[in-house]
This record gives sequence, C-alpha cells and structure tokens, in this order.
Amino acid sequence: MSAPNKSYDPVEVEALKPEEVERMRDEAIAAIAAAADLDALREVKAAHSGDRSPLALANREIGALPPHAKAEAGKRVGQARAAVNKAFAARQEELEAERDARVLVEEAVDVTLPHDRVLAGARHPITTLSERIEDIFVAMGYEVAEGPEVEAEWFNFDALNFPPDHPAREMQDTFFVREAGTASGAQGGSGEESGVVLRTHTSPVQIRSMIDREPPVYVICPGRTFRTDELDATHTPVFHQVELLAIDEGLTMADLKGTLDHMVQALFGEGMSTRLRPNYFPFTEPSAEMDMECYVCRGASVGDPDRPCRTCGSEGWIELGGCGMVNPRVLVACGVDPRKYSGFAFGFGIERMLMFRHSVEDMRDMIEGDVRFTRPFGMEI
Amino acid sequence: MRIPLSWLREYVDLPAAETGRDVQARLVATGLEVETVEQLGAGLKGPLVVGKVLTIEELEGFKKPIRFCTVDVGTANGTGEPQEIVCGARNFAVGDKVVVVLPGAVLPGDFKIAARKTYGKVSHGMICSGDELGMGDDGSGGIIVLPPEYEVGTDAIALLELVDEVLDIAVTANRGDCLSMRGVAREAAIAYGLPLRDPALLDVPPPNSYGYLVGVSDPAGCDRFTARTVTGLDPDARSPIWLQRRLQKAGMRPISLAVDVTNYVMLELGQPLHAYDRSRLDGPIGVRRAQQGEKLTTLDGAQRVLDAEDLVITDNSGPIGLAGVMGGADTEIADVTRDPETGESRGTTDIVVEAAHFDAVSIARTARRHKLSSEAAKRFERGVDPNAASAAAQRTVDLLVLLAGGTAEAGVTEVVAPSGPRTISVSADHPDRVAGVEYGRETVVRRLQEVGCDVYGQDELVVTVPSWRPDLADPNDLAEEVIRLEGYENLPSTLPQPPAGRGLTERQRLRRRIGRALAGAGYVEALNYPFLSEDVFDQLGLASDDPRRTVVRLVNPLSESEPALRTTLLPGLLTALRRNDGRGDHDLALFETGLVFRPTGHEAPAVRLPVDRRPTDEEIAALNAALPAQPRRVAVVLAGAREQAGWWGKGRPATWADAVEAGRTVAREAGVELIVRQDQHAPFHPGRCAALLALVDGAEVLVGNAGELHPRVVKALGLPERTCAMEIDLDRLEPAGTGAVRAPRVSTFPVATQDVALVVDGEVAAADVESALRAGAGELLESLRLFDVFTGEQLGEGKKSLAYALRFRAADRTLTAEEATAARDAAVASARERTGAVLRGA
Repeated sequence: MSAPNKSYDPVEVEALKPEEVERMRDEAIAAIAAAADLDALREVKAAHSGDRSPLALANREIGALPPHAKAEAGKRVGQARAAVNKAFAARQEELEAERDARVLVEEAVDVTLPHDRVLAGARHPITTLSERIEDIFVAMGYEVAEGPEVEAEWFNFDALNFPPDHPAREMQDTFFVREAGTASGAQGGSGEESGVVLRTHTSPVQIRSMIDREPPVYVICPGRTFRTDELDATHTPVFHQVELLAIDEGLTMADLKGTLDHMVQALFGEGMSTRLRPNYFPFTEPSAEMDMECYVCRGASVGDPDRPCRTCGSEGWIELGGCGMVNPRVLVACGVDPRKYSGFAFGFGIERMLMFRHSVEDMRDMIEGDVRFTRPFGMEI
Repeated sequence: MRIPLSWLREYVDLPAAETGRDVQARLVATGLEVETVEQLGAGLKGPLVVGKVLTIEELEGFKKPIRFCTVDVGTANGTGEPQEIVCGARNFAVGDKVVVVLPGAVLPGDFKIAARKTYGKVSHGMICSGDELGMGDDGSGGIIVLPPEYEVGTDAIALLELVDEVLDIAVTANRGDCLSMRGVAREAAIAYGLPLRDPALLDVPPPNSYGYLVGVSDPAGCDRFTARTVTGLDPDARSPIWLQRRLQKAGMRPISLAVDVTNYVMLELGQPLHAYDRSRLDGPIGVRRAQQGEKLTTLDGAQRVLDAEDLVITDNSGPIGLAGVMGGADTEIADVTRDPETGESRGTTDIVVEAAHFDAVSIARTARRHKLSSEAAKRFERGVDPNAASAAAQRTVDLLVLLAGGTAEAGVTEVVAPSGPRTISVSADHPDRVAGVEYGRETVVRRLQEVGCDVYGQDELVVTVPSWRPDLADPNDLAEEVIRLEGYENLPSTLPQPPAGRGLTERQRLRRRIGRALAGAGYVEALNYPFLSEDVFDQLGLASDDPRRTVVRLVNPLSESEPALRTTLLPGLLTALRRNDGRGDHDLALFETGLVFRPTGHEAPAVRLPVDRRPTDEEIAALNAALPAQPRRVAVVLAGAREQAGWWGKGRPATWADAVEAGRTVAREAGVELIVRQDQHAPFHPGRCAALLALVDGAEVLVGNAGELHPRVVKALGLPERTCAMEIDLDRLEPAGTGAVRAPRVSTFPVATQDVALVVDGEVAAADVESALRAGAGELLESLRLFDVFTGEQLGEGKKSLAYALRFRAADRTLTAEEATAARDAAVASARERTGAVLRGA
C-alpha cells in the first residue's frame, strides 16, 4: 500500500457529514417500512441500497477525504448501510410471510367433498366368518382341510356309519347326481345308481382327512353343502358349514366341550359357555346337540317378559349344531385303530351363525349377491 | 311323538305339581328332544256340560239350514229350565246327548260365550263341535254327539279331558322305542328315578297249535308273527271317549273301534298291529317275498306293483298286505252298514290280529320304493321290540273283548325264529375314558341297569341289552347311556393339545389374497348357487361341442328348469349382476371364487366300498374317478362406471381393459406374470377378448379369458350394455407361481430416461412390441412403460403409434448418454425386426 498522499488537499464533503448520513439512513428505513408489498420493497431497495442510492454514492466520496477522516466516515457510512440492509431484510421477511399466508388462504379447499371415485369392494361375510373361525383353530395347530362338493355316497354316508336304507339317511335331504351319460329326461330312471351326491355336510372331508393322514389328525373343514330345502327366510338349499375333527390318543368328551367353549369365547367374548344335549347322529357316539349361551342377553331374558331377547327368543341359549365322539365304526372305515385312538367332531352352519351374530333377518340376503348387503362387511368380520 | 302328560302319568307316578315344562326339561337333559309343550284347553272356562236335545225347530228363510233347539242341561243353567240354543249343525237328533257351553263360559282362543240374538232368536249358549273345544278334528264334520249313558249336566271339561299338556318329541332315528308311551315313560321314570309300570307286562297264554294258521317262509324278513282271533264283535260298538281323546291328543283320528284299538296299542307299546276281517281271509296267512310284478291294492286305494324284495303278507288269494308298511284293501275291516230291510248293522264281527316283527332294512326299502310312509313303517325302520309282540296282541284282544263285546278264541299262534339275547363286552371304565370323567364301576353298572341292561363281570363287563333297544350295539352306545344319564351338563371342559401346526396351505392363503385384492380393487363378492339351466349355454353362444356343455345333472333338482351344475362361474355372477342392476345399482363390479363341475361325461358309477376296513388306495382312486373334475375358479363381472363422475371430472365406464386388469390382479397375487393374447372365445366379443396364459415349466398354459361380452350375449341375458367379464382357473394358475420373490438390487446411480414412439401396423399386439423392446434393450433396461397409443391420418392407413418410456440404469456406474442411446437403439432395432416397428418421425 502506498503512503497517504500528504499533498492531497482535503475537501469538505457535504454528503459525509454525520447529520447527512443519518438523514439518508433514516429516509431509507422509513421508505422500507412504508413499502406495502414485495414489489414496492424491491423498488425501495433499488433506491436506497442500490448502486445509485444516496448512501452508495456517499460511500464513493470517502476516498476524497483526508486520511485521518476516512476511517471515521467509512465507519459512519458502513453502519448506516448495515442498518438499512437489516431493515430491508426484516421487512422482506415480513412481507414474504404475509404473502405466503395469503396464498395458503387462497388455496384452501372444502375438504368435506366426497371422493367416491371407485366404489368400495367387499368380501362376502360367509367367506370372512368362515375364515375367522378357521383362524381360531389354525392358531391352535389345526389344519384346514377341503374336499369335493360333488361327492361319492361312500364318503358322504357309508363311511360315516349311515347304513344303506337307514332312516338317518333321510334326515339329510340329498341331491342325487344322475349317472353320467343319462339324459335329463324321465328315461334317466331314479338316477341314484350313480352313487354320487352333492355333499350334504362337510363330513366327507373328515373321512378323506383320516384316510390321507396318519393320526393324530386335527382338521377344520369349511365348505359349501347342499340339501333339498326350498329357499325361504330361514332355509337355503346351498349353505356353508364348518366342521372340526380331532383324532388322537385319549381324547374325551370333556375335550370336545373345552374346544367348543374355546371357540365361542373366541367368537363371542370371554366367559361364554356352551351346553350339550344328548342327540343322535350316525357318525358320532355319544352324540350331542350343542347350544351356546346367548351372547346378547347372557340368559337375563329368560323368564323376564319385560326384557325379551330377539337373538335367542328369550331362551338364553342359541342352537349351534351337532357334535360328539367319533363313532369307532367311522374310525374303522378310515383305517384308524379305535383301540388306540378316539376323537371328537362338531359342525355347524355359517349362515345361521351369521344370522344371529350380525342380525341378518332374511337368509335370501346372503345368497342374492346384492352389493348393498355385502359392502358394509368389508374385508374381515 | 306326541305324549299327553295325563297318559304318561299312568305309567310313572310323576310328582303331582310337575308341569309339562318341568318334564320337558328333565327329558331334554337325558336325551329326548321335546320340541314343544302344547297346553290343551288353555283359557278354557265352563260351564260346559252334557245336554240332551229336547226339541228341534227348523228355521226357514236363511241361506243355510238353521235349527232352534231346546236342550236339557239339568241344573247347570241355574234354573233347570230347557236351554234355548240356535245351532247350524245337522248331525244330531232329538234325544241325542250333546256338549253345551253356557253363557259366561270361555272357549279356547279367548272365545267368550254370552246370550246373543241370531237368526231372529236368542241363543243362550252353543252346542259344541270338537274343533270349538280344541279337541282336534274328529272327522264328524259336525257337533259332538255323546254316547247316551252320560248324565245331563255332567261337567264336560272333565268328561272330555279337555285340559291337558302334550309333549311333542322329535324322536331320533335310533330310538324307535320312544315312538311309544312305553318307551317315553321308561325315559321319564329313569329321569325322575321312579319305578315304571311297564304296560307290556301282561299275562299272555302260551302259544298253541289251534290258532289261526300262519306260515313264515322268510324268517330273516319276519322273525316273529303272533296271530290272535276275536269273534262276535258288536259292529255298532264305538270307541269310548277316553280312547278317542288319547288318540286325538297323540295326533291320530278316531276311525272305528277295531282300528282305534290297534292304533291305541301301537301308541302304547310301539308295536304296529294289523286287524284282518276273518271272513275276508282266504286260508292261512303267509309271509314271503313278493314275486316281481305281483299286484296289491293297499288300504289307501293305490294299486302297487310289487318288487321281488318286498315282504308281503299273503293268503290263498295272493298278497293281502305289504308287511309292516300297509295292509291290503281286500281284507280290511269293513265299514258298518245297515241292512235296509231289517235295520240291522252289518260289519266286521270276527278279527284276526297280527303282531309281527319285520326286518328294519326290508321295511325301509319297501316304504321308500313305494313312496309310502306309514306309522307302522316308521316304527319298524327305527326298531320295534320283538319281545313286545305277544303282549301287544294280548292287549289288543283284551280291549276288543272289553269294548266291543267280543270273545277271545283260545288259539294263540306264534311263529318265532329263535335268537339269543344280544350282549356287548365293555370295560367298566370305558364310559369314563369316553367322557373324561371318573364315574366308577358302580355308577356305570347302575345306569346300564336303569336302561334295562343285565350286567355281569368286574373290570370287563358283559352287558345284555334289552330287546327294546336295538340301537345299543357297541361299547360307545353303552358309554352314551351312562354319560347322558349322569348329565352332559356335568362334563368338565378341557382343551386338547394338538401338535404344532403349519398354518394355512399356500393355496388357501392365495385364495384369501385374491379375495382381498379384488375387494381392494372395488369388487364385491357374491356367492351364487351352482344350479344351471342348460339353456344358458345357448344364451352364452357356446358352440354345440363346447366342453362347457358337458354337465353334471341332478336326479332331483330343486327346480326342473335348473337340473345342471355350473361349468363356469359366469352365469351365476351375471344373474347377480342383473339382479343388482334391476334393483337400481348400475355401476357394478362383482367377483366369486368357487368350484365348477367339469365331467367328462363318461364317469363310471361310484361303487359302494366296504366300511369294515380302510379301502385300498386303488379303491379310493376308483371312487374318485367316478367324480367329475371340480376345479376352483375366480371370476369377475363389471358393468356401468368403473370410476364415478363427480366434482373431480368425468367418470370412466368399465371396459374390457378392466376385466383383463382383474385377471392381472389375480395373477399378481399368485406370483404370476400373465401373458395376454388376442382371442376369440364365447361368450366374449370376438374383437375384445383376451386369452390369459401363464408359463408353467416353460410351456404356456391357458388359465382363463377376459374381455367384453358379445353384444348378442348381453342381449340374450338382459345385461347392461358392454358388460365385461373375466374368469381364471386357479388350479391351473397356481402352479405357474414363481415362488419366493428374489429381492431386486437397487442401484443408486442416476437413471437415464429415453422415450420412443414406434409406428406399427394396427393388428400388431402391443404386448409383442413390448417384449421385442425388452429383448433388445438388454440388461441396462430398468423399466419400460407404454404411455400413449395414437392413431391418425398422418401415420397412414391402419397404423398406430405406441409411445414408450424406457428407463436405463447400471448397477455400478452412471450411464453415459451414448450408452443409454445405444441401448435404446438396440431396443428399437429389435422391435423393428420382430414387429416391423418404425421410429416415429424417422
């Protein structure tokens, strides 16, 4: 750096006088404060802090000052410019915030508008209730077993200890399949010679399970079944069952009872119990009808005409289905040694359970495929 | 079986205060399903008395004949004066004893009786019919005319036993013994721990050689035949009120004394009986199998052509009855007629009573073959106590002698095929092991004795079962007797511990995923009946040799118009679609998964395998071969808008593309990338039909079809326009699954995107262009997407432009522009070579 020019003749510079610099600074800050929007602020900025602004011009004059005055003047102008820039930045921020707020307000929408562009789908409650029951038992270690719906009579009846011509066969109104090759007309004869039926229960799946597996066997058999009932509010010729079969060493009726209790508690809540009543089925011996405690009134409606229960008809119990210890004759037909193994089985209708669990009043609603019925059931039940 | 409580009390001294509901609860707990308890005469209030008709004045001028009567009711009306009553019935005469209800009384159904003016007279009460008193139909069609011996003024509520309770029991197929008062009374006695007065314990004279001749030539079908003869019956004798009332309460109609008595004894002892008019029998009675084609007219008037398996009762003239099912008309007890000259009654005076025991299976088959269900057949099928036959015959004879003034002949015919008592060996702790409860030997023996068994032995019991319980055959049958009498309600609750499971199978999980995926895509599941009319195949436009026309048919369909089982899911789903549309829902997407039935049409009949052992694998295979193939399928149908119009803009109709996409949705869940090809397949629009294929072991397999339905099909089935559908065979799709997904390597180097527009002939499939591009682009290609399809004049006639976005990326470096371009050029060159594609603008 060269030495100060001692020969330089200092000049009095008007613009660098302290009062003048303060005035310029104050004017600038006032203009910034007065800027109403970002565009105005940009103009104010050009006028008061741009290259042609009074403070910038004043800054250029510093060189004309004598060396001893330069520092002081430079400091004065520098502070003024800093103050202006600070005010500018603050105002800039303030105005931007204002602008942003305004834009967001303008962008507001009615979030209550519907958006039903694609209508919701749903699975049928018969499917999902069946799965829910399967899951209870799968969690305990059971397998889910399935089989054909058009089934040989041997699987549907004989192996289940329905002797030929026994009246028990007539308990299940059976659809018989016409023998292959016979026409649909009357010349087909009685047609029962085909030995094939639409399964009247999912019990043939139990037979197939025992034939296919070595004991122990723990299976749950859901599926579609058929009986020649006319469709009305409480009957359908095509319905769904869930059956359970357990074959192991030392299984007892107490195990059957415990398994039933577990299921109704899983489906209907803690503390629910079941009741067995003696009955007759060819495939179980001993056999029982199973009822569950009414999950709505829990028996409180019994004998209390002021609090009738629609779910159980004020009986306190709801009929579920049939159950029992697998008849040893059935085990023999499946190659299971009844001296070593015993087992229990139960079965019930899904439609019926759906009716009382979800207050379905008319069976037809379940079979007609009306989307208004099915949609509310969603994906799971 | 209807059990009047008053009748039941004749055999068991039930506590006097015990109601029908109480008895119901006890019987249900021990094993009889008492469905209802009917309250007879509920709300009934007298005075209801016996009256004697004094005068009858026929009133003229009304639409129907009306009688104004005076009736002597004794002092029941408080005055002793004749009661004036208007009556519309005509089956009575002056001097007849009738049942009169007086003002102030209430009849069943809250029918309050008061003096009222009718047909110009004041009627002070009513002369009653059985119906009005809740007695059930007595067949008379008029008012009750009582036998003359009853005193005027007697309370008729007690006389006619109008107040009672009736237990209605649904008897299970194994408990034939409970189709009788005797059997139910035994159950009630056990349930209450009270002694039973067994009505079958009668003094029966031993058989001798001078009874009515009977020859049984088929002892297997008929192991017991008892015949007794009663002579000198009064044809005018009528069943007494008590007997008629018991029959009515049990649900049977009184007919004539002889018939009523046989019915009564059947209800009491469970033994079906038959009464022959001896004067109409031609020689000895025989029991044999029918000759094929023999004819018999049964009591119901039907002429029946007999089968060689039918067991028949014969005399010299041929068959006179279907054994154990129904008697023949020729030897029926005659209706009473009056000789027009002498006024004497003519009717049956000599009766041969049959009490026999027939083979249950034979009876069941005959009843079913002739579609003839009778009270007798119902009992024989379910098991009748063979040892009660003699007692039943004796009881019938006794009642005929008592009530009809007959004389019992000394001859007693009994033809018996010898058989020993049936015994079962069972461990004393078997019931304990079945129940999971420690009953102990003492309890087991006591309970078995209660049901009528003789029990010997200590740890191993030898149990002789009673003749009335043919259902007791196995150790478990005995276990059930013990457990039910000890109370099912006392069974503990324990949980068995199955071995650790593996959860659902892959196939089961797949089915659930498909359901969720389709429901997530807006499809609603419908579960449709599998029954079809074969006309639907014409409506679907199937060719005459289409394999879907080969159906399983039912012998006894619910509706004659729908005798076949579905071979495709579409008809059922389309019916559901139409139903929804008809109910006002027009934007529809439905799905179903389920079995279809695809016979070859040449299935052999299923054989009847033995049940005393496991069938061999070959036998099971043969049985399975008798069944049609039953693949599981999934199908969707769509109509109306797939996307709704709304404030966001226009809606979008469901199209063939949605149907194909539904197929891809299903395949994706199965881990399968579908190959889609143009196809022509009924019932689809020939230009808008896709074949859906999958690769299984390197070979393409057709798994289904999708597209828009043929307009003719839409019209024939009355469907919404442009209805679309998809159907996939899951059994074929599943093996194409690629198994566990291999994780892709995710490169973090930048992507290089190149767009190309290719002009091809209109009939070139986009899928072919895409696969050509992929093949040419090489391994740098990360993804490829068709983003536009364009046709226009500038392309030239029959041309289309396909615009693709290609994304290239390398795993280990940033691609240069040259590399990306080279890959793109290779892709385009491949497309040019395979499909004739030309770069647009090139």
